[in-house]
Amino acid sequence: MADKHLSTQFDTELAGISNRVLEMGGVVEAQVAQSIYALSNFSGETATQVLQTEERVNQMEVEIDRDLSAIIARRQPTARDLRLLIAISKAIANLERVGDEAARIARTVQRLINTGVPSRLRLPVADLNFEVDLAVSQLRKALDAFARLDTAQAVSVLKADDQIDREFDGLLRKLITYMMEDPRTISASIDLVFVAKAIERVGDHAKNLAEAVIYVVKGADVRHFAMSDVEDAVR
Amino acid sequence: MDMRVETPYGERVKLAMRDLNFFYGSFHALKHIDLVIPDRKVTAFIGPSGCGKSTLLRVFNRMFELYPEQRAEGSVTLDGQDILDRKLDVSLIRAKIGMVFQKPTPFPMSIYDNIAFGVRLFETLPRVEMDERVEWALKKAALWGEVKDKLGQSGASLSGGQQQRLCIARGIAIKPEVLLLDEPCSALDPISTGKIEELIHELKTDYTVVIVTHNMQQAARVSDYTAYMYLGDLIEFGPTSELFMKPKKKETEDYITGRFG
Repeated sequence: MADKHLSTQFDTELAGISNRVLEMGGVVEAQVAQSIYALSNFSGETATQVLQTEERVNQMEVEIDRDLSAIIARRQPTARDLRLLIAISKAIANLERVGDEAARIARTVQRLINTGVPSRLRLPVADLNFEVDLAVSQLRKALDAFARLDTAQAVSVLKADDQIDREFDGLLRKLITYMMEDPRTISASIDLVFVAKAIERVGDHAKNLAEAVIYVVKGADVRHFAMSDVEDAVR
Repeated sequence: MDMRVETPYGERVKLAMRDLNFFYGSFHALKHIDLVIPDRKVTAFIGPSGCGKSTLLRVFNRMFELYPEQRAEGSVTLDGQDILDRKLDVSLIRAKIGMVFQKPTPFPMSIYDNIAFGVRLFETLPRVEMDERVEWALKKAALWGEVKDKLGQSGASLSGGQQQRLCIARGIAIKPEVLLLDEPCSALDPISTGKIEELIHELKTDYTVVIVTHNMQQAARVSDYTAYMYLGDLIEFGPTSELFMKPKKKETEDYITGRFG
């Protein structure tokens, strides 16, 4: 935020809480990457790490929420400051859900390992990589947009969301074919469908973050807007 | 003649200003103010000291005329009638436009007479009707319950918050159409402030309320529309929820978020 408040303490509080949102974003971004690593390499150890991080993420959400309430009660923020705090409240809820999706993937990995699937079947795990790269990149771009309150970057995140959805649809078709060819893979393939869905959800949360950035900067709620209307709103 | 009958937000216009300028001697205190104030709504004026918000209230009931070096130019209309017209009897305007000041100003007389005094200036009522009027005004001002057993006591014996509600009761007893409140809560504690704010909510069913306040949160709480003024200019006017959530002007944003100065 360019201009300073009369109260430098208020500036410090806002900057502090924004930084902690970004820190939380960094943690969940790593969590997603780790969960995919665990899947690609059938690493139970990494899956366990992802699940351990979940507690830390939950804790961060609770703490940021508590401090948000305190700032609102003490400062009675208005306009852009108020929008920033509302956006932060939404952002951390979304980030926490990203963490949940990573944990869901990690638990799937544990289950696959425990049922001994990898030794018997060759699952098309590598096919997930493109969707994963897209989702993680979307999340990173959304967090960058949040850090710099960059609406152009936020719009580009919104535009790219379709790509993940298309990728998910493609994966689904591929997995259906795979199951039809070898019914023994059905159980594991369904697990992969859920993983693909979890990754697609990460993309959705990145999109929500990007929408929150536009809300902070422009005061426009673009959640259910067509892309052309979004571009009008940020102009 | 100001022909505006509807505000940009579809409300009926009560007060309208057209190119209103005001001067304290050579000091230009209000600059080309164009604004309409809606009927039976609460309109708040906010802005830093010296922005002209209190001056505007003083124009609305021609209080400035007491001082020869002060003058207003342009037009201010009440229901289409120019209230700056010198030919118009100022006491008639003040019967329609009541005012409550920052510091409670009870008259040095009984609680009853504080209310009855103003009424007697405009109406001759039989005792029973006057009693009813006093009770009505005190009830409207949410003070009746606290003073009904001591109407003969001096107005000065009340607490600050009670005194301010007494002044509001006095203001509405003459049944004005517009009530001007100049920082009505700045000398009050939070409980009394809460009562007055509650009262403002109720008053707008019958009156057009215009409030000047330093306390932005108060403006946000009580008003339907808010005007932000700075150095004699009207910077922004709009529905309160919009002005506090998404102001159109950067100057407004800087002021309400505390980035001012």
